[in-house]
Amino acid sequence: MRSVLPILTVVMAIVALWYGAAVMLNRQWTLDQAARAGQELTLTQVVADTMVQDRPKLPAPHQVGAELWKTTGDMVLQGRAFSKRSLIYHGWITLSATLLGFAIGTGAGILLAIGIVHNRAMDMSVMPWAIASQTIPILAIAPMIIVVLNSVGISGLIPKAIISAYLSFFPVVVGMVAGLRSPDRMQLDLLKTYSASRSQVFWKLRWPSSMPYLFTSLKVGMAASLVGAIVGELPTGAVRGLGARLLAGSYYGQTVQIWSALFAAAILAASLVGIIGLIQRVTLKRMGMAR
Amino acid sequence: MQTPIVKADHLDLVFQTNDGPVHALSDVSLEVMKGDFVSFIGPSGCGKTTFLRCVAALEHPTGGSLTVNGMTPDNARQERSYGYVFQAAGLYPWRTIARNIKLPLEIMGFSKAEQDKRVERVLDLVDLKGFGKKYPWQLSGGMQQRASIARALAFDADILLMDEPFGALDEIVRDHLNEQLLALWARTHKTCLFVTHSIPEAVYLSTKIVVMSPRPGRITDVIESPLPKERPLDIRDTPEFLEVAHRVREGLRAGHAYDD
Repeated sequence: MRSVLPILTVVMAIVALWYGAAVMLNRQWTLDQAARAGQELTLTQVVADTMVQDRPKLPAPHQVGAELWKTTGDMVLQGRAFSKRSLIYHGWITLSATLLGFAIGTGAGILLAIGIVHNRAMDMSVMPWAIASQTIPILAIAPMIIVVLNSVGISGLIPKAIISAYLSFFPVVVGMVAGLRSPDRMQLDLLKTYSASRSQVFWKLRWPSSMPYLFTSLKVGMAASLVGAIVGELPTGAVRGLGARLLAGSYYGQTVQIWSALFAAAILAASLVGIIGLIQRVTLKRMGMAR
Repeated sequence: MQTPIVKADHLDLVFQTNDGPVHALSDVSLEVMKGDFVSFIGPSGCGKTTFLRCVAALEHPTGGSLTVNGMTPDNARQERSYGYVFQAAGLYPWRTIARNIKLPLEIMGFSKAEQDKRVERVLDLVDLKGFGKKYPWQLSGGMQQRASIARALAFDADILLMDEPFGALDEIVRDHLNEQLLALWARTHKTCLFVTHSIPEAVYLSTKIVVMSPRPGRITDVIESPLPKERPLDIRDTPEFLEVAHRVREGLRAGHAYDD
């Protein structure tokens, strides 16, 4: 509870800055309009106008909040939660690709890490490729993946999930290789004195040792998955998903819509990472590793 | 004539490193009889830990012969001939003390009921009764090390290999644990091989003290202790004790252990 006050202070500061920036950036348009109409505006009128423009350069926080409510909660109240104008609908489209991609990426990441730790050839060969894969801009490779998969008849959810997996497997590989290697020489020697098999060493020592590493990389991987899913929606002219909302917003200069989609994505990411954090706390507590 | 539990005959171990070969062990010959408590003492790099690791088949000698219970060290390990206690307790933080002690039992495939029975027994042996449900971090360093000894005892190996098990503990705790270890040794009739840096510890515990020196790692003196089996802590002030300690110190000096 002690942390509430500092957090609120920071939030207030950000909101205040945001309002200030909105006035600064949107002022010119207001003044231009007034000049064209031959009006003289007082300072209060200018400030008031910068808060309510249809297509502001930077929407004010309350505009974004109102748009968010209009496209989520309000639609639920009207019973149209899954209409095409609802952010819940678009959010779900993106979320489903994110979760599928996250599952694929995490699974592949863990398997690769197990291979790297247990097999010298994989250790030498896989890691450089994994690193190289992340140096390619995802925006460049995303359309390729979609085109290639489309040509073999796969479209919709799967290509987006694969792009999302492409981004999320990497932090899991890196984290899990470190985690599976975290037991020290002495602990490995101890199991050796029991003549433990490789799988016993894995299940009794390496896997439990890697848990703290796993959850840390899952958090990074989850955020990367969401980015991947959204990026996967951008280059295809998708009509559904948060990425599509961002794209449509930018086509039509609907800055309020862009910002509300951005916030929806941020809220989604925060909730997903929060859920992993919760699972982490419960798991580590049950393992007796949380103090 | 009894056969030795551990028999090393002209043992050599050369590590190939980037700076050239390192003679970790050179011409080490030693016999350890059943029920002996043998301490290995010497400065860092004298090969005392390496010798213990050879007995445990964690290192493999490059020359000479070594038998443990009449077998090769590898076979002896398969036969669960020894329990190894490391410098650090090395308990798994995600397991309770009882489940830590079960670790070797699980790996060796003991039944659940047998596991529980053995955990109770060894916890009692190391005076940790009632601590089975605690996690390692809830115990002091000395208690953790006792738990790790219990873990090494759980599967009834005849030999206990200990590599500076009390090295990280303060002297008061160490005295206490030394006393307990002697009592444990008297009760269980194990053969103990014990590596240490401390002269009083070596003299207090051992029936036989092996003094080693480095470059190359070799044995400079083997001292059969004249002290009685029954040893209260204040035996360390008797002339006999001081005499043995003196001889150990002489042995270390003879090995030019203090040169650098």
